[in-house]
Amino acid sequence: MGLSIKKSFAPFIFIIILLVIWELATRMLVIPTWLLPAPSLISKEMITSWPTFQQHFFATTQLAVIGFIIGVSFGLLLALILHMFPRIRATIYPLLIMSQNIPIIVLAPLLVIWFGFGIFPKIFVIILVCFFPIVIATLDGLAQTSQELMHYMQMAGASKRQIFFKLELPHALSAIFSGIKIAATYSVMGAVISEWLGANRGMGLYMTLAQSSFRTDRVFVAIVFIMLLCLCFFTIILLIEHQLVKGTKKGSAEYE
Amino acid sequence: MSNLVIKQLSKSFGSKKVLDQISFDVKVGEFVSILGPSGSGKSTLFNLIGGRYLPDQGDILIDNKSIVGKAGQMSYMPQSPSLFPWRTIMKNIVLGAELKGKPDLALAEQMLKKAGLTEVADAYPSALSGGMKQRAAFIRALLSPQDLLCLDEPFSALDEFTRLDMQNWLLSVWETYRKSVLFITHSIEEALYLSDRIVILNTNPARIKAVFEPKFERPRPPELLLTDDFLAWKRRIYQTIKTDD
Repeated sequence: MGLSIKKSFAPFIFIIILLVIWELATRMLVIPTWLLPAPSLISKEMITSWPTFQQHFFATTQLAVIGFIIGVSFGLLLALILHMFPRIRATIYPLLIMSQNIPIIVLAPLLVIWFGFGIFPKIFVIILVCFFPIVIATLDGLAQTSQELMHYMQMAGASKRQIFFKLELPHALSAIFSGIKIAATYSVMGAVISEWLGANRGMGLYMTLAQSSFRTDRVFVAIVFIMLLCLCFFTIILLIEHQLVKGTKKGSAEYE
Repeated sequence: MSNLVIKQLSKSFGSKKVLDQISFDVKVGEFVSILGPSGSGKSTLFNLIGGRYLPDQGDILIDNKSIVGKAGQMSYMPQSPSLFPWRTIMKNIVLGAELKGKPDLALAEQMLKKAGLTEVADAYPSALSGGMKQRAAFIRALLSPQDLLCLDEPFSALDEFTRLDMQNWLLSVWETYRKSVLFITHSIEEALYLSDRIVILNTNPARIKAVFEPKFERPRPPELLLTDDFLAWKRRIYQTIKTDD
């Protein structure tokens, strides 16, 4: 723990320095607040607008969490199916890779046309963005199973089920978690984008309203909270990963 | 306890013949070494016994029952320790037993003690030295319920000093538990020191060149390695390997 505080010390100082430069620049260059508000103004706005802002914050959080959970579950399920049936995998895998190259923002209007402005198209956008990193990371993780350990399992007479649960899945776990971490930050992004397209609540809506009335300070408030939300998600997943992924850190041979 | 009988086993991959009419046996509680140069089809032989390949001809019997194509009839210790990095040492050593049923934890603890690994029971393999990992891998094989133990060049990656320690340790443990062992090696000294019988293979395709039965008394002290008798055996085996047939 002491080490991690030491490690985060330098970036923390760096952020402080950047904020100070920002603050000084807006004051000395007399930049209008609608163009670039000073950090002090933004933080003041964060506090004053919190009572009205919080409903947007929680709406987006809820949306992101629901979409994230469905997206991750669906992604894991598809990855397992593709892993179990190599034929289907060979057919679908290239498609998956290709689909990753479609920016989600161009799909969003289509989803609105098809499914309207309710919660479903929003969840759908989040599922779409969460789902690909999970599938790809899980498939890669499962494919990279150590041949050495596989050889042992086969020689020792392990069944397919045993090989999967005792070797392939735990081996893929850290890869799966890197997919989940990407999905977590994507889910917040997906939620905000989906709210841009039409919503009655949420930080995406708040941003579009603030932007159209040139309340740049409020746009920044939304940005800060979106960052905080992403960071929260990331930390929670990191903690879960820490609990589940064991013994993979490259330790020196302490008992040499 | 079981005995292994290999009957006129042949195996080719494509047009390349790897094993040609191999026959030998491992009696109950016997330690048999297969000695041969690299690429002499030793691993193919293990894969056949392990049920991963099917032979073109011949049969493999354990207690008079054919085990051709059947996996999991032997416990196995590979060349590299192959410990699972996310399992503690304790969880690792019971893995072989776990695949076949419920592991005996009391026995596992007793074995850990004998291997001097009690203090690392809850550590992960990345924290262990090479010799410790190999001991853990050997215990994993010993704890597996099968009575035939197949060891595939288990000490070839260790340095000379650790190897000698490991050989002595292996002998002492094996003399207590006395399972039938089939041991693959390319070291004449190692084969002589450990085994009751040595089967010498030649390459392309592998055929049995000779079988030696050095009758050194057990338990065998490390000093045995330097006795005239031992060195004479070593010379004989070396000359057999060098002569063309």
